[in-house]
Amino acid sequence: MDIVSTSGEHPPPSRQPAATRLGDRVFLGLSRGSGILLLVIMAAIAVFLTVRAIHAISLDHSNFFTTYEWNASLNPPSFGIAVLAYGTLVSSLIAMLIAVPISVGIALFITHYAPRRLASPLAYLVDLLAAVPSIVYGLWGGLYLVPHLQGLNLWLNDYLSWTGVFHKSDPNSAARSLFTVGILLAIMIVPIITNVTREVFRQVPKAHEEAALALGATRWEVVRMSVLPFARSGIISASMLGLGRALGETMAVATVLSASPVLTQRLLDPVGGTFAQNIAAKFAEADNFGRDALIASGLVLFVITLLVNGAARLIIARRREYSGAAL
Amino acid sequence: MKLTRKTGLRSLAVGAIAVSSALVLTACGSDNNSGSSSPSGGASNAAASIKCGSKANLLASGSTAQKNAMDVWVKNYMQACSGTQINYKPTGSGAGVTEFLQGSTAFAGSDSALKPEEITKSKAVCKGGEGVDLPMVGGPIAVGYNLPGVDNLVLDAPTLAKIFDSKIKTWDDPAIKKLNPNAKLPSTSIQAFHRSDESGTTDNFTKYLKGAAPSDWSYSGGKAWQAQGGQSAPQSSGVAAQVKQTNGAIGYFELSYATASNIPTVKIDTGASAPVAATSDAASKAIADAKIVGTGSDLALKLNYATKAEGAYPITLVTYEIACDKGNKPDTLDATKAFLNYVASDDGQKGLSSQGYAPLPAEIATKVRSTISSLS
Repeated sequence: MDIVSTSGEHPPPSRQPAATRLGDRVFLGLSRGSGILLLVIMAAIAVFLTVRAIHAISLDHSNFFTTYEWNASLNPPSFGIAVLAYGTLVSSLIAMLIAVPISVGIALFITHYAPRRLASPLAYLVDLLAAVPSIVYGLWGGLYLVPHLQGLNLWLNDYLSWTGVFHKSDPNSAARSLFTVGILLAIMIVPIITNVTREVFRQVPKAHEEAALALGATRWEVVRMSVLPFARSGIISASMLGLGRALGETMAVATVLSASPVLTQRLLDPVGGTFAQNIAAKFAEADNFGRDALIASGLVLFVITLLVNGAARLIIARRREYSGAAL
Repeated sequence: MKLTRKTGLRSLAVGAIAVSSALVLTACGSDNNSGSSSPSGGASNAAASIKCGSKANLLASGSTAQKNAMDVWVKNYMQACSGTQINYKPTGSGAGVTEFLQGSTAFAGSDSALKPEEITKSKAVCKGGEGVDLPMVGGPIAVGYNLPGVDNLVLDAPTLAKIFDSKIKTWDDPAIKKLNPNAKLPSTSIQAFHRSDESGTTDNFTKYLKGAAPSDWSYSGGKAWQAQGGQSAPQSSGVAAQVKQTNGAIGYFELSYATASNIPTVKIDTGASAPVAATSDAASKAIADAKIVGTGSDLALKLNYATKAEGAYPITLVTYEIACDKGNKPDTLDATKAFLNYVASDDGQKGLSSQGYAPLPAEIATKVRSTISSLS
């Protein structure tokens, strides 16, 4: 009784003495400052992109959102993001379709299946992949992956060309397509997704798993009933982290993709482009106006990333009841 | 506790191995790209004839096409004139011109002459004067192909235009057969490669197609590739690599890349008595056929792409150094003039052909030198 009445009369005791001590005030200031700094940086990026972009878009001679070509150095300039937006989303989607199941599988294997002596080296190995610079992936992709995917491409073209998606216009052309880029991006984001997912799987309360085991569940049922539901929001967050890298990947895409302003559903054709690849390709020779135009495309990528992240947040929020992370 | 520390150490070690092996890998990669086009020739006896300017720190940037020539010139000049530092950054023509117009460099290297609005802007940097184009490095753009069993392929401008516009799709097309009656042309499909990045090479190559085959090339031209179809790769090295490894491929790049990778190049049927191969000499002859279109001390050139001069290779690129005619910065003026004078001198130009560039023809070189002497 006594405790209840005191806590009702006074402000929470933990707060007042904390604010008066010097160390606490300094720490409060520092952490608040960091938070504000982040907001300021984000706002500065957004303002910078917007101001430069509006200038460029206002001088664009064709529709910025529906034009395929990127000819900012022409007079009058004519450029658009249709192909870039399509290529960025499609290659990232392919990457996610491949990488997420594999990553979850690796993480599950490391945390729940592999013997201890195998698990930790395997975990290091995966982390190692994340340390490889993207230009190395690009070189490997261009020199090794592209020639070696030709067989898979021909097979897909032979048996699945009726889908339209896997029809290859010229079977002889090299596999420097959005499909190959998607596979390469998948390899690049697997370590990121695996790493985060693995940590989330480790957080699953032992009690949940033991309870499931006690009810007679097999190992797979334990994973399905206690591990995956608990980790769902974590898996989504991990996937978003990977998606962020896939959306913004530059050098690997620029090395592998045969970029050209063609928008097609045929994923095996060596055409297309992505935002980051286009910026890398056009930046060096661009004049001031050309750079503003590229910045405008960067702004669109920024917005797409925000939207995708927002969508992920929504999904996590709706799934919160399953997740231990909400507690 | 002990366990975690140990694993931490181990992961550090593994990480270190990863990083160092990655570094080794990237080193290999960049080695590969610049490859054998690295500067070598022309370095030996040039030093004797260099007239040094006053000591200064010269900053310049721009065209990547000039890079290999610049590397040799800068090395020779700095050897002869100790105390002068020259730093040429191959950032690309666009970036080079931008930096020059901001006043942060002494001169710029560019694949294309200044545009009228850029000349207007240059008046802010050049007090009392304006930016001028000095032609300095020329070079043939080779059209390389990969067609085992076919040597000495001959093409003309309309056929090239149709190939790169995806109108001619196989190697045994009648138009190609007509130009190569004795060659055994396969029915392989043509894989035409262009640059995915914006570049002066593309600009000059498409200017040639438009100038020599206007009815077959309907695009306006520019640094970005505009035709539909075909495949692309970044940088000349990327296009050359693709042509090298793809059966039935054709692509365009500076001659040095063809020599470095042993890629056979197309001879151009210009209407002269014999088809012309891409060589430095043949490019110099084409530059000699060019007209000066710059006004005042500006020496911007307009190439005659439809040239029928004997032995002149029409797909040629001229790159410029850009400086102020009046109002150069006083502390770097003397060194800039001395360096550019050396570059335009016979000694400076002589070493170029071993690297796949074309020396300026004598008449134009003389004009360039007299303009350089008048810079102030």
